[in-house]
Amino acid sequence: MWSFFHKLGSPPWLYGIAGTILRYLLPVTLLALVAGMVWGVLFTAPDFRQGNSYRIIYIHVPAAVVALAGYYVMAIAGAVSLIWKMKMADIAMKSCAPIGAALTFVALVTGAIWGKPTWGTWWVWDARITSMLILLFLYLGVVALYEAYDNKEAAGKACAVLSLVGTVNIPIIYKSVDWWYSLHQPASIKFTGESSIDPSMLYPLLLMITAFYLLFTCALLMNMRAEILQRERRTKWVRKLVEESA
Amino acid sequence: MHPVRKQRLYLVLFIVVFSSAAIGLVTYALRGNINLFFPPAEVAAGKAPVGQPIRVGGMVVDGSVQRSSDSLAVRFEITDFEATVPVIYEGILPDLFDEGQGAVASGELSEDGVLQATEVLAKHDENYMPPEVADALEKSGYDHKGVKQ
Repeated sequence: MWSFFHKLGSPPWLYGIAGTILRYLLPVTLLALVAGMVWGVLFTAPDFRQGNSYRIIYIHVPAAVVALAGYYVMAIAGAVSLIWKMKMADIAMKSCAPIGAALTFVALVTGAIWGKPTWGTWWVWDARITSMLILLFLYLGVVALYEAYDNKEAAGKACAVLSLVGTVNIPIIYKSVDWWYSLHQPASIKFTGESSIDPSMLYPLLLMITAFYLLFTCALLMNMRAEILQRERRTKWVRKLVEESA
Repeated sequence: MHPVRKQRLYLVLFIVVFSSAAIGLVTYALRGNINLFFPPAEVAAGKAPVGQPIRVGGMVVDGSVQRSSDSLAVRFEITDFEATVPVIYEGILPDLFDEGQGAVASGELSEDGVLQATEVLAKHDENYMPPEVADALEKSGYDHKGVKQ
């Protein structure tokens, strides 16, 4: 187990294994995305109240779920890089931020598009939507803070602390609809008890959530590979790699 | 574990625990402002300010919607099953606005307890099902939450 942990810290090994994983994971991800989208949009019944407009759930919910989970990935990577000074954890943390920001942005935009025909407004300052906007600023803050430093070690430390402080926001986003009166409805998928979404609509949604998790993993690995090459550009193994591919 | 790493681990835990506590206390202190709307019971108890922009949310009372025949003016009541607040509004209502469904009206409360709304939003719940399932549930006498009518 420790040898695996030590191997994770080796840039050439991580670069190689990430490439191998991507080769198999990318086609699976694309397949899951297309299958989930076709299933959700074409082969499920319209909702009894919202008609066809509810179908945006198949992008809105997966993007939001993975945006929240991705924040924990970023914060844990930040904690590992703080405690063990592991460079690859720092790279993982840095690579998470733009992906998380993109997913949060997608969740906010699809939410606005969904809100107009159902609630009657694009935007309302309720607890769920406002805390989600704060999540977007946290992700963008990590991206900006990292770029603000010339010294990458100092940048990594500052970003790790920022992402750790920001973890407070994740349970707030998740529970906001239960703790306060909000326009946003409570969660339909429940971990305990029966979900309040019909099984025929739930299964494609679960597939889409899985597909978005895979998409996040693929994007993270691709970002990390690019970042490893950038940081190791002066080493022998990267030069050799470039010569081989040329 | 190496003592230096242990110390840094405690630092990480310290950051997470204390920032959570701080933000928890702030949100607890501001809970009244984080709520998007007042439920009618709080309006009836006099907790909502009169003559200031507020939001009131709850269920639209069955059979309470009265539309004007020559304008967009509409009058309805919002309830939380403890108290009701009458609302008058002039404008286009969202598609999902209906009797027996959730709504949030924003506007000013007048002295006689009527909300003069400038905006009405529909609030839908977390239940999704095909129309046939909804029909079948209705026929069997259960509502969409599985509660016997």
